[in-house]
Amino acid sequence: MIRHYSARDFDWVLLGITIAITMLGLLEIYSATRNTPWQEAHVRQIVWIGLGLILLWVFSAIDYNILIHHALTFYAIAVALLLLIMVLGQVIGGARRWLLLPGGTTLQVSEFVKVVLVLLMARFFSALHPERVSAKNLLKIAGLFAVPMFLVARQPDLSTALSYAPILVMGVFVAGLRWKFVLVLALAGALILPLAWQYLQPYQKERLITFMDPERDPRGSGYQPIQSKIAVGAGGIWGSGFSQGSQTQLRFLPVPHTDFIFSAYAEETGFVGVTVVMALYFAILMKIAGNAKTSADSAGMYICMGVGALLLFHFLVNIGMVIGRMPVTGLPLPLMSYGGSNLLATFMLLGLVNNVRLRRFTN
Amino acid sequence: MNLYSSSRKKPGHLQVAVFQFVSAAVCLWLLSGFWQLQVQSPDVYAARAERNRIKSLPLLAPRGEIMDRDGRILVDNSPTFKVLLSRAAMREENLPLIAEGLNIPYEQLRAQLRRLRRSNAPEYQAVILKENLAPGDIAFVESHRAEFPELELIRSPKRLYPQDGLASHVVGYVGEISDAELEQLEFALYEPGAEVGKAGIERQYNDVLSGSDGRRVVVVDSLGREREVRGNVEAKPGRGIRLTIDLDLQVVAELAMEGKTGAVVALDPRNGEVLALVSRPNYLPNKFVGGISVEDWRQLANDPQKPMLNRPIQAQLAPGSIFKPIVALAANRNPVVDMDFSVVCQGGAFFYGRYFRCHKRGGHGRVTLHEALVQSCDVYFYTLGNRLGIDSIAETSMLVGFGEPTGIDLPHEEDGTVPSTGWKLRFFREKWYAGETISVAIGQGALTTTPLQIASAIGGLAMGGEWHQPHLVPHDEMQSIRQGFQPPAPRRAELDSSAVREIVRGLWGVVNEAGTGVRSRIPGYDVCGKTGTAQVVSRQYAKEHDVEASKDNAWFVGFAPCEAPEIVVVALHEHGEHGHLAAPIVRDVIKAYFDKKQRTRWTQRKTTSAPAQTASNFSMLAPRRVRP
Repeated sequence: MIRHYSARDFDWVLLGITIAITMLGLLEIYSATRNTPWQEAHVRQIVWIGLGLILLWVFSAIDYNILIHHALTFYAIAVALLLLIMVLGQVIGGARRWLLLPGGTTLQVSEFVKVVLVLLMARFFSALHPERVSAKNLLKIAGLFAVPMFLVARQPDLSTALSYAPILVMGVFVAGLRWKFVLVLALAGALILPLAWQYLQPYQKERLITFMDPERDPRGSGYQPIQSKIAVGAGGIWGSGFSQGSQTQLRFLPVPHTDFIFSAYAEETGFVGVTVVMALYFAILMKIAGNAKTSADSAGMYICMGVGALLLFHFLVNIGMVIGRMPVTGLPLPLMSYGGSNLLATFMLLGLVNNVRLRRFTN
Repeated sequence: MNLYSSSRKKPGHLQVAVFQFVSAAVCLWLLSGFWQLQVQSPDVYAARAERNRIKSLPLLAPRGEIMDRDGRILVDNSPTFKVLLSRAAMREENLPLIAEGLNIPYEQLRAQLRRLRRSNAPEYQAVILKENLAPGDIAFVESHRAEFPELELIRSPKRLYPQDGLASHVVGYVGEISDAELEQLEFALYEPGAEVGKAGIERQYNDVLSGSDGRRVVVVDSLGREREVRGNVEAKPGRGIRLTIDLDLQVVAELAMEGKTGAVVALDPRNGEVLALVSRPNYLPNKFVGGISVEDWRQLANDPQKPMLNRPIQAQLAPGSIFKPIVALAANRNPVVDMDFSVVCQGGAFFYGRYFRCHKRGGHGRVTLHEALVQSCDVYFYTLGNRLGIDSIAETSMLVGFGEPTGIDLPHEEDGTVPSTGWKLRFFREKWYAGETISVAIGQGALTTTPLQIASAIGGLAMGGEWHQPHLVPHDEMQSIRQGFQPPAPRRAELDSSAVREIVRGLWGVVNEAGTGVRSRIPGYDVCGKTGTAQVVSRQYAKEHDVEASKDNAWFVGFAPCEAPEIVVVALHEHGEHGHLAAPIVRDVIKAYFDKKQRTRWTQRKTTSAPAQTASNFSMLAPRRVRP
């Protein structure tokens, strides 16, 4: 069982890009929180990054097949923790999402559920391979996903719950689906959407309406997207300079170190800085796709594609929100936004990708 | 190792390729969004970011004070605050809370905003929510800066006028600049919402009084807290203006007119300075400050007594008998009669087939010019007028200043009417009938004058033919206000000094020889004067309609001392029935003038001997300390 993996096989490029993005994020966190109650945020972020690197190493070192083997156990633990949170969780900002650890640190369990769901998806579909997904199996895996999604949505944290869906969609997509199914699913979705509207919270409806027309209520629910667009636009080509953005520094931009960190970054570094980070994110996605291609088995491939789908979804939704092309949701930008849970989960996921790469040679 | 993979063969690379394409598409789609915002239209957003953080607050300049001739303040400012609502930063859901906190009806606030929205006023134009804030309102705004960044406190000096409308028609009032005024060149630098002078001195010298507003430009954060000051242009307070008005005389004149309708003008005939100017009924200028209420305005505008009319310069009325000295002067200048010409008055006379009555039914008997003036004999002046003809009367009337504005520094002065053959031809396309001249000879008919014109005319006549332009701002003050100001030269006429002396002697007799104006006698002082009782409607009409509005107007003009006049006073008591009832008003003002002169001389003597005492505050309202 013990195999030697050379340092050459480690995905140094992926690690380098990851660290580069976190450093840019760190600078922006520092810039955006100066002289505010959160001005210690960058110090904490450094600690999280350190922990994240360790986790990345851990999740690279343990063979992903072993992790997949225990996926159902992890799943059971995750669901148990989510249930526990429903009872004991810390309430912050009206939602019961956080688990209080000794020492005052809070962890958002729903972030780590992503890692578990990636492993579960990989296990489920690689076991089916090379069969196509049958209706029965689809219902089975959908049921498994539905439990944590429901629990997280109840916290309430609809956007995180929805962010699990791309993992499943990617699994089904890679495994292959009959066109008939696709049609049926699309039809079902179209029928469910209006029903789902009824169950949205008023503030969620408001956000979706203002997404269509933000100037309708510029000081209310339209405030965040409008101020974000102003910040981005005011940055221009070259940006206003480090810690010089008026939208960020004068706090017109809401939560400029977490959900809207990319607006703050875009204001201070301009189109040039935006292009650099977009290129880095694109490079990560391409590395993940590359690792998926070269993986030793289908399980590794599913892992990479699941991670890729998750990151692409976050990327699209968060940055789309920053430029007003997506509705306002609470999804952070992986690797840049301030926040331990998402950062650690992302490092774990990238560790898994690296894990697959390390074990790509099967001889 | 491969516990769960049923096959070593991996699923298709096609899906990975699709993922790669989708990723690339997403990145390009997002990047195109940044391109649109940051490269194609960054200026739009930079401007909006600038508007977010830059706040420009007006610093309102206090208007200059208006003082009387001794520097006593007539119009002052009181420091008040008003609260503005920035519409660009406004949050709809805050409005009910703001309305409640400031005690404004919420519906009214909504209506105000709706009106502005409908008028398409620019977003940055702030709404004045409330003026004259109470301490509680100020505390409310100050303590909710973070919650309501859309509220802004502004220091705004508020105009403070004397109570009870003292000198209201002299000082005028201020109000918000109108749309029509904004179009005018004079107000080119004013912005909508600015406060400008609307009447009186406030209007006439608006440019001097208004000063210039400053502006404070600050950088604020999203909570409205000031972060840095970008620019600070201090407000330049308006310049104060000292008037020729003497508060002591003004107060006496105001009190004498209490409850009456009419006007009082006191002039210094030696230089044209207006010492007192009263119009009754008056209005309360304080009601106009910060916008007069609709109800108050309707009340003022619909009042049949017309309180907004500035009677001293705008009431164009028949002067009645006080016109007789002018006719006497005309008779001398166009020698139709000798100085000792006399007429027998039998209580009336026929001219051109019509019987003209004298005010004394029994007649005055044989009267010369002196007696005719003292007794105000109508028949004598009918005869003079008949011999003079209308154009000679008109010529002398124009010479003394009737028929055209005196040029006083107040807006909207009227000119009155001096009838003549040319006048009638021009305005009525009709021939003048000689019979009409008879009425004009006793100051009736088509002849109309303003009280100020009478004061100026009689004052100039008493000066021996020297008419100074009446004015409210002293010449030395004008020279420091307006560069290159030259006092206008007085209008002079070569008059027969013996004739003037004869007329003045007649006017002395009116007051001192049991004439019609004995009520204006002041023992120890040399007062001349002339009564006037001007018909408002025909006697026939008055008999049929016994109403207040058909009663005769009472006039009195007086000046003193007779030989070298220092003050000339006109009183008009509308519907006061007889001129001798207006005489006490004039007497009070003239007495106040000489009393004050005495007092000043006395205190000056006193202060030179005892320098510790100050010579201030010798108001008529203070207890009398006069001991000549």
